[in-house]
Amino acid sequence: MDVNAVLDLMWIVICGILVFFMQSGFTLVEVGFTRSKNAGNIIMKNLMDLCIGSLGFWIVGYSIMYGDSINAFVGNPSLFFSDVENMHNLFFQTVFAATAATIVSGAIAGRTKFTTYLIFSVVITVVIYPISGHWVWQGDGWLTGLGFIDFAGSTVVHSVGGWAALIAAMLIGPRLGKYTNGKSNAIQGHNLVLGALGIFILWLGWFGFNAGSELAISGDSANAVAGIVITTNLSAAAAAVAAMFVSWGLYGKPDISMTLNGALAGLVAITAGCAAVSPMGAAIIGVVAGIVIVFSIEFVDKKLKVDDPVGAISVHGVCGALGTLLVGVFAVDGGLLYGGGFAQLGVQAIGVLAIGAWAVVTSFVVLYTLKKTIGLRVSKEEEVDGLDIHEHKANVYNKY
Amino acid sequence: MKKIEAIIRKSKFDEVKEALHLIEVNFFSYWDVTGVGNEKEGHVYRGVSYSTSDIQRRFLSIVVSDPFLDITIDAILKSANTGDVGDGKIFVSDIEDVYRIRTKEKGVDALK
Repeated sequence: MDVNAVLDLMWIVICGILVFFMQSGFTLVEVGFTRSKNAGNIIMKNLMDLCIGSLGFWIVGYSIMYGDSINAFVGNPSLFFSDVENMHNLFFQTVFAATAATIVSGAIAGRTKFTTYLIFSVVITVVIYPISGHWVWQGDGWLTGLGFIDFAGSTVVHSVGGWAALIAAMLIGPRLGKYTNGKSNAIQGHNLVLGALGIFILWLGWFGFNAGSELAISGDSANAVAGIVITTNLSAAAAAVAAMFVSWGLYGKPDISMTLNGALAGLVAITAGCAAVSPMGAAIIGVVAGIVIVFSIEFVDKKLKVDDPVGAISVHGVCGALGTLLVGVFAVDGGLLYGGGFAQLGVQAIGVLAIGAWAVVTSFVVLYTLKKTIGLRVSKEEEVDGLDIHEHKANVYNKY
Repeated sequence: MKKIEAIIRKSKFDEVKEALHLIEVNFFSYWDVTGVGNEKEGHVYRGVSYSTSDIQRRFLSIVVSDPFLDITIDAILKSANTGDVGDGKIFVSDIEDVYRIRTKEKGVDALK
């Protein structure tokens, strides 16, 4: 194997390891932004969606996504992926699939049946995510044919998770006490230190998520990788600053958890265009995402009355779609602002809508079926006492 | 002998402790308490505003011999005061007896 091929393979493995670490970031954000009585349940959900994703993607998910294309819609499925020359790809794509699954967890924290979550986790990692991923990333998918750009997965990964989270949170309903007479109540997270550490870990992991999606680092890819690291960082930074000032203006003080969400919003938004936009474009995308995230979280909470404790729907669904659309505006090659006209923007919109509709419809069918069969929610008593004590017979924070 | 119980602002605790130290009241217990009162604090969490009447204060329990009663109360009244609503309260009650466990001393001797 020549040196460049080794370098490329090593880069993919290292980035996959960084993306793997994002699972701990998601766990910490979700634990920190919710109440202590559900912390153990959240640990188990995040651990298990990673494990289920790893097994499911190896067993059949990877081939559904990357197998030979059937009508540009789905890969030809085969069992137990074992191509020794593509193990690095299996690993890198596995941790992406697990990311899509784990996004849902946060939006439905504190009231969802554990078994229901496990089943939905299987479905999203082996059916929902790989099929829409095939459209964009396999090479022969129909969205690839249209020229749709989603470099590292603002839509393919994040929006899919975000829209699934929206449907799940709607069908499951809000936590008890979240709304009284239609008015939203604050249910405070129990540990913003954990939440903040989670955001930093996600930010770190995102350099693997985006720069690893170059899938190479040798030759011309070296500069591309460095450029992606910069666009990723600038967008996140700009979005956090924007979210801070918006929350400062709206609430009189710079809101901690909104600013943290702002950083994530910038990361999600730049994921689609991190290789296509300039540093200036990335900073502007970040600012837009940072402004939108605050209003989106308020809109979901107060207008839609969907209880999303961590803001997953807004961060991943809304900002994922937003970032994908903005590629059509800021792409140096073909973007609206660079004289490319509306063509790219139109293609981006088709991709966002198609994958959004796919995620919404499939999630609804699966979750509605689960609702009518085993149920989505824990009992009132379980919810009040906490999921830890009833679902796991455990107490995460022992006093002695 | 009297028991003086004072609920004070946490931010005034160091000044009160110093003032008590100056009049040689060196032994007392304290703990943090949460109370409910007229004061309402406005908060915003993730864009949802809410107010809470939960008030965080520090509770001091001091047992003194009778000659120390007035100067102790005077020290707390001066050192814990900001002039704003919510400075706290002082309660005084009788103590029947006191024992020091190590020496088995009784009464005022046990306080020294």
